[in-house]
Amino acid sequence: MIPEIGHFALILALMVALVQGSVPIIGAAQGRTAWMDVARPAALLQLALVTIAFLALTWAFVVSDFTVLNVVQNSHTAKPLLYKISGVWGNHEGSMVLWVLILAAFGAAVAVFGGNLPPPLRARVLSVQAWIAIGFLAFSLLTSNPFERIFPAPLNGRDLNPLLQDPGLAFHPPMLYAGYVGFSMAFSFAIAALIEGRVDPAWARWVRPWTLVAWCFLTAGITLGSWWAYYELGWGGWWFWDPVENASFMPWLMGTALLHSAIVVEKRDALKAWTILLAILTFSLSLIGTFIVRSGLLTSVHAFATDPERGLFILLLLCVTIGGSLILFAIRAPAVQAGGLFAPVSREGALVLNNLLLVVACGTVFLGTLYPLFLEAATGDKISVGPPFYNKTFVPIMVPLIAVMAIGPFLAWKRADLAGVLGRLKLAFAAAVLAALGAVALEGGPVLAVLAMGLAAWLIVGTLAEWADRIKLFRAPLGDSLRRARGLPRSAHGMTLAHAGLAVAMAGMTAAASWKVESVQVMQLGDSVEMAGYTYRLDRVDQVQGPNYTSDIAQVTISRGDRHVARLTPEKRLYPVQQMPTTEAGIHTTGLADLYVVIGDPDEAGGWTVRIFHEPLVPWIWAGVLMMVLGGIVSLSDRRFRLGAPARRAKAPAGATVAQT
Amino acid sequence: MTTGMVIGRRLAYLAPLAIFGILAVYFAWGLNPDRDPRALPSVMIDQPVPEFALPPIAGMDGPGLSAADLRTGEVTLVNFFASWCVPCRLEHRVLIELATQDKVRLFGINYKNKPEEARAWLAELGNPYGRIGADTTGRVGIDWGVYGLPETFIIDRSGRIRYRRAGQIDQQTLNETIRPLIRELSQ
Repeated sequence: MIPEIGHFALILALMVALVQGSVPIIGAAQGRTAWMDVARPAALLQLALVTIAFLALTWAFVVSDFTVLNVVQNSHTAKPLLYKISGVWGNHEGSMVLWVLILAAFGAAVAVFGGNLPPPLRARVLSVQAWIAIGFLAFSLLTSNPFERIFPAPLNGRDLNPLLQDPGLAFHPPMLYAGYVGFSMAFSFAIAALIEGRVDPAWARWVRPWTLVAWCFLTAGITLGSWWAYYELGWGGWWFWDPVENASFMPWLMGTALLHSAIVVEKRDALKAWTILLAILTFSLSLIGTFIVRSGLLTSVHAFATDPERGLFILLLLCVTIGGSLILFAIRAPAVQAGGLFAPVSREGALVLNNLLLVVACGTVFLGTLYPLFLEAATGDKISVGPPFYNKTFVPIMVPLIAVMAIGPFLAWKRADLAGVLGRLKLAFAAAVLAALGAVALEGGPVLAVLAMGLAAWLIVGTLAEWADRIKLFRAPLGDSLRRARGLPRSAHGMTLAHAGLAVAMAGMTAAASWKVESVQVMQLGDSVEMAGYTYRLDRVDQVQGPNYTSDIAQVTISRGDRHVARLTPEKRLYPVQQMPTTEAGIHTTGLADLYVVIGDPDEAGGWTVRIFHEPLVPWIWAGVLMMVLGGIVSLSDRRFRLGAPARRAKAPAGATVAQT
Repeated sequence: MTTGMVIGRRLAYLAPLAIFGILAVYFAWGLNPDRDPRALPSVMIDQPVPEFALPPIAGMDGPGLSAADLRTGEVTLVNFFASWCVPCRLEHRVLIELATQDKVRLFGINYKNKPEEARAWLAELGNPYGRIGADTTGRVGIDWGVYGLPETFIIDRSGRIRYRRAGQIDQQTLNETIRPLIRELSQ
């Protein structure tokens, strides 16, 4: 009964979306206030209905209702509760419901927080949101109904893919989808602006925080996935340039460009058509990212089951959404008034360069991801493009990007004095040279890695120097500097934090890629191995019964000289229902490196294959990304965004999130 | 602004749409249900193997691999692999099965790989290859027409390439294509 209620709620949500997608936008065109006012209750109702559907599906998973096909295919009574719940979105049908739920939540957010938007703009934005919802609800209901029943009901289910039974991956999809779907806000605002033929700074003030929200979620989501791959796959790597990873990275790159170009629209009323194009492309890439792995277009290690009929529907959806919005762009964008002029050397100029480099980088990843498809179409050959391609193309594009990133924030709007700015970056330059020399002294080569370490130092010192410059640190009395720091807009602090975070993450990525040490050997119990100054001793291996798996748990003691460092317990699990082994790496982090141990199979002589990695600076990757996300959140708490109004007021009431006018 | 400039500006705004249009055609083609995503024609089919001589992976015992090793009158599988290639990892189990159960002669070419990573990879997953050549620059891969990894070639007794598979060998291909072909060529 409850699954039927869920199914029915999903159908009703589609009906509501049809109303929301038509009445308000017609009202906006004809100036009928009552029609425009339909948008807000409709958006809230839609959220309520999709929530009911989502809860109904969750209920079916939690109580293991094996009359529902989806539950049979992806759950099992012995599975822990957390993974029964995460099983809801660990499959194609359920993840679509989650997708639509997040979409509805963002729509409802416009309805609730959009009080200060001009009513016609709000009506149009909500209608465009509803168009997206119509497409996805129809897709879900027509081709991937999550509530399909099965008769006779089997006694137990087939279990969730064991690799997905992991806390990191349980929260990865909701984060990732919140990122993907969050970009639909920028998209809807872009389409609404094209329909109105008007883009002004107020528009950008609305688009920016929503893009930032999506960006924070996407950053966190990608990182969770990467972190999961790092400790769960047991390969010692954290990024594999797999099509699925690339599919989430492309909207990130484009969304980052959008974040920066929206600043130019807001502050200088320039780059308007470009920003709209970026908004459309970012969401388009999110759509392609959601679907590329579901359509059978490309093969990947972690692809969803594919179905040609589904693929056709997806293609149709992509054509209507992306094609339609690009047609609108081609017709209406030339009418958008160009804004303020600026010299090449200026804050705007630096942001344009940032945009170009990010878009080119995104194009590179796009080409690498889809090249196999293009090539197959042209010649019939099937290939995979690996890290060598990306190291040769993507990495060199990042070099100038980082170089300019330290300079950009120093530049003045309209026209800047480059020589003067470079003078203020002496310290950063010195730090870069020192870091590069340090890398040579400690590790030697390769050249690109040394250069990258230098760049990371350049970026972090340059970013902090700009912040210190703003608050006159060390040049004014400390109290004065603190007062200035308090007076600085939160978005400035956020920018500093995020840019510094990238520098930290970049140092981590470079070191991990260049100076990782690994060894594999068969060890008897009691054997020791020495690596990078640490001694690893295999103490014992026990067989343990988990809730829905059996596990070989090893105990490895790590010491440095006479000092005990850590005891790790790497595991190798076997999930009997799916006959699938998984590895749980044992990781000890020193802050400067991860000591990473994976246990393999036993041999006849009672020895165990043990794989040990010394992963320099990998913790910095996670720390750096955390700083970037925190930077985004600090930026979001900026008074300007909270109020969403251009007028400067003396003091905002504490905790004010909504400004109703 | 001249008329030409206005038209040029209009066309610039149409460019994203045009690019997407081309992309959509590719996508539509890719969804064709008859398409075998791992299809395998090659200009190298029925050609003698290209001349090459590769050293072993640095730091590993055993011989390297050269074209002469493929002309000794035995049917041979040549597999291009690398530790950075995710599908190779999935394919490895199948290769080990081929080498141990079927006793097929299997040679490997380690493509654009750091020796220490290749060694660790083989130590972890097992080494099914009778001989391994290290193609660190990818030069030999170009001669063989390798686009990406993994790729596998079947060489007949006279040293001609008789089959090429671009992409991972799964159990089905192994049973339905590769095993029958090896049987046929070995007779």
